[in-house]
Amino acid sequence: MQFYLPIAEVSVNIFLLFGLGGLVGVLSGIFGVGGGFLITPLLFFVGIPPAVAVATSANQIVASSVSGLFAHLKRKTVDLKMGSYLLAGGLVGSGFGILLFNYLKSLGQVDLLVQLCYVVFLGIIGGLMFIESLRAIRRARKAGGARRKRSQHNWVHGLPFKIRFRASGLYISVIPVLLVGAAVGVLSAVMGVGGGFIMVPAMIYILGMPTKVVVGTSLFQIIFVAGFNTLLHAITNKTVDLPLALFLLIGGVIGAQFGSSIGVKLKAETLRILLAILVLSVCGKIALDLLLEPRELYSISRVAAGGQ
Amino acid sequence: MRWLLSLLTLLTLTFAAQAEEEIVLGLSQDQVAITAQFDGSDILIFGAVKREIAIPDSDLNVIIAIEGPTGPVEVRRKERRFGIWMNGATLEVERAPAFYAVAASAPLDDILRRIENERYSITVDKAIQSVSATVAFGNTQAFTDALMRIQAANGSYQLLEDAVKVDQQTLFRASIALPSNLTEGDYSARIFLLRDGNVVADMATTIDVRKVGLERFLFNLAQDQAPVYGVLSILIAALFGWAASALFRLIKDG
Repeated sequence: MQFYLPIAEVSVNIFLLFGLGGLVGVLSGIFGVGGGFLITPLLFFVGIPPAVAVATSANQIVASSVSGLFAHLKRKTVDLKMGSYLLAGGLVGSGFGILLFNYLKSLGQVDLLVQLCYVVFLGIIGGLMFIESLRAIRRARKAGGARRKRSQHNWVHGLPFKIRFRASGLYISVIPVLLVGAAVGVLSAVMGVGGGFIMVPAMIYILGMPTKVVVGTSLFQIIFVAGFNTLLHAITNKTVDLPLALFLLIGGVIGAQFGSSIGVKLKAETLRILLAILVLSVCGKIALDLLLEPRELYSISRVAAGGQ
Repeated sequence: MRWLLSLLTLLTLTFAAQAEEEIVLGLSQDQVAITAQFDGSDILIFGAVKREIAIPDSDLNVIIAIEGPTGPVEVRRKERRFGIWMNGATLEVERAPAFYAVAASAPLDDILRRIENERYSITVDKAIQSVSATVAFGNTQAFTDALMRIQAANGSYQLLEDAVKVDQQTLFRASIALPSNLTEGDYSARIFLLRDGNVVADMATTIDVRKVGLERFLFNLAQDQAPVYGVLSILIAALFGWAASALFRLIKDG
C-alpha cells in the first residue's frame, strides 16, 4: 500500500515504513537507545530527501522518548533537576545547531556535515563501547577482579558554581552540565538524533551520574530538545513530514516492546558489544560513502522559489 | 454588409490554407489529484487530425511533449578534497522542469528536423536554461547533461519513442505514465503533427496537478502556518508516545 508523503513529496510503501520503524524499535528496545542514529540514514536509503529525514526523525524521537519516559517516571529514575539544567544547555545548543545546519545548507555542504558527524561520533562511541565491553567480558572471566569505582574525582569537580542534585546524589558545578547539554543539542539538530548515545556516556563518565537515573534523565531532556528541533525545522525549513513520523513511530513503539523482551534475555556485556558492532557498522557504511568515488558525481537540488 | 461577409470568407479560406490539418484533442483527464494513495498516474492523450484536403502522400507523425512546473535547480559536482568526496563546483540552472516527457510515433531523429526542434523547443534539452554568467568553471554542458541523466534515471525525464500510435494517418493516442514522486503545478501538454520533419500543426493544453484532501491540508499548514504545524506535530507525537506506553502497560497488567 503506497502513501504519498505531503512534505517529502514521494510515494512510499507504508509497510516499508512500519518495517523500518519496527526494526529500529526492536534495536532500541534491546539496547535502550533512541535509534535516531539508525532511522535517519535508513530514511536516506529509501529515498526521503535528507532535510526531511533529519527534521522528521526529530519529531519521531519526541514520540519514542515520551513513551519511554513514563516507565522511568513510575520507577522514579529521573533526575528532573539535572534534566532541566541539561535542557537549558540543550536548547541553546540546538538553536545554534539549526543555524549551522541552515548555513551549511546554503553552501550545499549540509550532507557532508551530517555524514561527518555520523562517522566521527558513531566511530568514537562505538569504538569506546567495544573496547570497554571487551574489557568487561575479560574481567568477568577472571571473576571477582577489581570493581570499577564510580564517582571518581576528575577535573569536573574542580569547577565553580556547584549545585546539589539530590536524585543523582551529586554536588557538582553547573558548567559541565550546561556544556554537555549544549553539545548534545547541536548534534541532535544537525544529525536528527536525540543524542542519547552521546548523552548517556557523557552523563556516566563526565558527570559521574549513577547509571540507574541516566536513561530516564536523558529521555526527559531529549523530549524537549527534539521537540524544540522539530519546531525550528518546521518553521525555518518546513521539512517535518507528519505522516512519515506517524508511520515510523507506530512501527517503532511495537518493535520496542519486542526488543525489550529480547533485551532482558541477553547478558549486559553481550548486549553492549552487539550495540558497539551495530554502531560501528553504520559508521563504516557512511565512511565508505565518503571515501569511495561515488558512481554519480553530480547531485541536483531544487532551489525553493520565494513564497512558494 | 456583403463586403464584410466576403472578407470573412476570404479570411477563413486563407486560414484553412495555412493549416490544412488541425488537431482535435482529447485527454483522459485534465487534472491529476495527488491523494494520500497517489502512486503515479497514467494519462491517456488521444485525438484526431481534422483536414479539408486529401490525405497527403508523406507519413504523418505525432510528437507529444508534457512539461511539469519549472524552476531553478542547483547541480553540484562532488570533488575529492582532503581524501573525502564533498560537493564542489555548483551550477545554478535558471529553469529546469520537474517533469518532462516526450512521446513520439517514431524515433525523433527520423521525424523531427533540428531546426524545427529549435523553433518549438520540443526535446528536454531545449526546456533547460542555464545561466551563462555563472560559468566560472568552463564546461556547463557536463552539468546540464548530469541533470538530464539523473532526472532520466528517476523517471522524471522520459523519452518514449514509438509510444504514440497513429492509425490511418488520422487517429493518434499515447499513454504517458506520471511517476509517483510528482511535484504539483500546471503541466503543459503540447502536441505536434509532423510531415517530412516539419511541424504542420500544433496545439497546447494544460493538465492541472494538485494535492487534494489531507495532502493539501498538511502541505498548506506546513507552508503557511509553520509554527502551528510544528506544535501540532510535537503534540501528536507526544500523544502517540503516551498512548503507546499506556496501551502496553494495560496489555502487560491485564
